[in-house]
Amino acid sequence: MPKAKAGKGTPRPASGPVTLFVGTRKGAFFIRSDRARRSWTLAGPHFLGNIVNHLVLDPRDGKTLLCAVRAGHLGPTVFRSTDFGRTWKEAQRPPAFPKAAPGEKGLAVEHVFWLTPGHASQPGAWYAGVSPPGLFRSEDGGVTWEGVVGFNANPMRSPWIGGEQEQGPPDGATLHSINVDPRDPGHLYIGISVGGAFESTDGGASWRPLNKGVAADFLPVKDPEYGHDVHCIRLHPLAPDRLYQQNHCGIYRLDRLAERWQRIGSAMPKAIGDIGFPIVLHPRDPDTLWVFPMDGGTVWPRVSPGGKPAAYVSRDGGRTWRRQDRGLPAKQGWFTVKRQSMCADARDPVGVYFGTTSGEVWMSANEGDRWTSIARHLPEIYSVEAAGG
Amino acid sequence: MNVLIPSQLRDYTGGRAHVEARGGTLAELLADLERRHPGIRFRMIDEQDAIRRHIKIFVNQQPTRDLGTALAANDEVVIVGALSGG
Repeated sequence: MPKAKAGKGTPRPASGPVTLFVGTRKGAFFIRSDRARRSWTLAGPHFLGNIVNHLVLDPRDGKTLLCAVRAGHLGPTVFRSTDFGRTWKEAQRPPAFPKAAPGEKGLAVEHVFWLTPGHASQPGAWYAGVSPPGLFRSEDGGVTWEGVVGFNANPMRSPWIGGEQEQGPPDGATLHSINVDPRDPGHLYIGISVGGAFESTDGGASWRPLNKGVAADFLPVKDPEYGHDVHCIRLHPLAPDRLYQQNHCGIYRLDRLAERWQRIGSAMPKAIGDIGFPIVLHPRDPDTLWVFPMDGGTVWPRVSPGGKPAAYVSRDGGRTWRRQDRGLPAKQGWFTVKRQSMCADARDPVGVYFGTTSGEVWMSANEGDRWTSIARHLPEIYSVEAAGG
Repeated sequence: MNVLIPSQLRDYTGGRAHVEARGGTLAELLADLERRHPGIRFRMIDEQDAIRRHIKIFVNQQPTRDLGTALAANDEVVIVGALSGG
């Protein structure tokens, strides 16, 4: 496999404090570091009692936050802050599918699950992935949202996702992993669980499956065109032809213009396997990535294999992997790290972070070589995003 | 008429449990509530005009899930958030 090189615009490492934005089943929290990343301060909760699937800072202005919120009783919405979380206002028109014609059954958004800022050249543009699987776009910083008709009304949408399912996230079908090519705002990738990876080269007007080489062991068809269970796709911002995918059936890499994913998870230890939810990329080295394996055997416990949590890092694009468990529980650690719950900062060495279903946040200031718990006793964690640095 | 707002929705009514709204049907009442308290309707009613699963609406103590339910000026409308589990 070719070694990907970052382009000429490789940014200098960041050097300031880091803020983590943590979405949980019962609200959102901020965790702020000192410059050394040794001391961490927990603040919040915001939206106490509400389900927060994703809380994302706009890197284009460094102060606008969008937060995907729903309460157990109430419908899904998006809140936005333009002052780094001091105050919040609800979207005037949250993501919603069109009203169906009389006699027809329409779709209703159950959760806003994933938020992605738009291209750097399009300030105010955002994408949202929702459950049931749908894609929405805002042109005004998240105040109003419109469906991306090319996907939501695509006649192939229902076949792609295997028909409508009843459960939403965290236990059901959703659209996530919205990646915008930094060279071209019209070039988009999305992931659907289940449905697969899809690509658009015309700003979302049309889509095509991009799943060759990806296993779908749960389907009766060999090498299906779609129907795969994508857990997370990340495009490297400095080498945008390099994509990594953590799938329900393995870890993959795709170097465009190739069409066939390569199963780089085959190099993982057989006793650990290559199943997990998140996949995290090094901000400056397209060949370095982290995963957090989970048990995908028998009834799919989805916890750390053997109760021994560990991240695995590859420094060569997935050719080889190294276990990183120093500081983590040596045994009886039975948590799950969800697809939005692991991330990296922009420092040197890179800080790597993950949040657990048991409400802990862990960090490593040395690229995974040693882990430290920086928050405990939070609600079940759905997402962790890092900013600043 | 008087509408009882559940605690889950009082962010939209400035904390008030009882608010006034008008309408000849439940749909019209909800539209009036939305005019007076923007954003409140979508948290209760989805884009297909279905009352959300964990919202219950009572008109004169009778449950209804029909937005076409007729209302009179003195009717009492109670909105309840109903969710089991943790």
